[in-house]
Amino acid sequence: MKILIVGGGMAGTILANNLARRLHGEVRSGKVKLTMLSASDKHMYQPGLLYLALGRMTPDELYRDQAGLLEPGIAFFVDPVEEFQLDANRVKTKGGTVFDYDILVIATGSRAAPELIPGLAENSETFYTEESAVRMFRKLQAFQGGRVVIAMGVPHKCPMAPLEITFMLHDYFKDRGIGDKVQLHYTYPIGRVHTLENVAKWAAPEFERLGITSETLFNVKEVDGAAKVVKSEEGSAAPYDLLISIPAHRGMEVIEKNKLGAGGWIPTHRHQLTMEGRKNVYVIGDTTNLPISKAGSTAHFEAEALGENIAAIVKLGSPVRDYDGKVFCFIEAGKDRATYAMFDYQNPPDPKAPTKAVHWFKMAYNKLYWVSARGLL
Amino acid sequence: MPEKKVIDARGSFCPGPLMELIGWIKLANIGDELEVLSTDKGSAADIPEWIRKVGHELIGVTEDAGVWHVTVKKTK
Repeated sequence: MKILIVGGGMAGTILANNLARRLHGEVRSGKVKLTMLSASDKHMYQPGLLYLALGRMTPDELYRDQAGLLEPGIAFFVDPVEEFQLDANRVKTKGGTVFDYDILVIATGSRAAPELIPGLAENSETFYTEESAVRMFRKLQAFQGGRVVIAMGVPHKCPMAPLEITFMLHDYFKDRGIGDKVQLHYTYPIGRVHTLENVAKWAAPEFERLGITSETLFNVKEVDGAAKVVKSEEGSAAPYDLLISIPAHRGMEVIEKNKLGAGGWIPTHRHQLTMEGRKNVYVIGDTTNLPISKAGSTAHFEAEALGENIAAIVKLGSPVRDYDGKVFCFIEAGKDRATYAMFDYQNPPDPKAPTKAVHWFKMAYNKLYWVSARGLL
Repeated sequence: MPEKKVIDARGSFCPGPLMELIGWIKLANIGDELEVLSTDKGSAADIPEWIRKVGHELIGVTEDAGVWHVTVKKTK
């Protein structure tokens, strides 16, 4: 049986390693062939970009060689897919190679797309790529005071990032001794400061306590860089001296070009993780159209569920469990305190008051991630 | 031709039904209808509130066996 994983990010990597362990004997005997295709020979720890933007991590800490993360037995090629020929059970890569499969897993991820909003890319700082995070760090270093507006598009990767960057900026400026010269103004697309109601109930009084102002029902329409104003779809305007954006995301272009899903999001069964209308094509990570967080933990839990199911298909002939919508997100509440939100399709989160212990666990996870990517944690 | 899209946001705590709608309405064409399925009764209020504020059209809100169906039309 040929199992082909397209995408070497968190979802694809955890799945590949999970399968390599579960199907160790089958891979060794040649009964199963595991192949991964990726666009890069490097693997980035994307949550580290938040810390890079604030000078708390350096670029080299974000990367490992992808090949070094993979279990023996996984055939790995740096050759991104350009054509998905699903009716023929095969893909064609940029390099011109054709890979056929019995089971295909698409885990190509998502990308920030600031170009969707006029003026956003040129006039805001963001932290969703290494280049932009380093640029944001330099802008922050040079910033001496004024009004900092935080604005975002929908959907965005890591739904906690807007709150985290706001709380961390508060402490960053305070530590630099210019906290009294900086006014943080947080905007959010819906009618409360976070989409998770319990998180919003915690964050709103925290904002008030820290002197952070906020405006809800604010969806970015355009940015006027000359006037230094960000305008909303709802008709309001927020003047800024420094604009921090969390841009709207899209799935990868190859998904749209192959007409697998609008916006680059592939219609996916919420429990089985199959692509709608396909029995042998699975979708995990940001690439799905599921109404759950685009976050590393989502990718992680989906990969674990799918790994168990694909191994069971090989050994028993059918999947054995459903993905339950599980998500776990740390929430940094400043430079040295954090909390978390855990939820699934049935159970809402109930975040506790932030503690230093949770923050230090997050710091530890920033290192433990590499164990997680290897499918061990 | 205008299309109708169903956004199945049942069980969605994050990003949640309204955030799902905001994301998908940007991908729709003017005249398209979007029907949001939500198990959060708050959607019956917060989706119409946003639709009114931003200037799209609310087609209807119904509830069936604990699932709210909120239908809107993209007008601009």
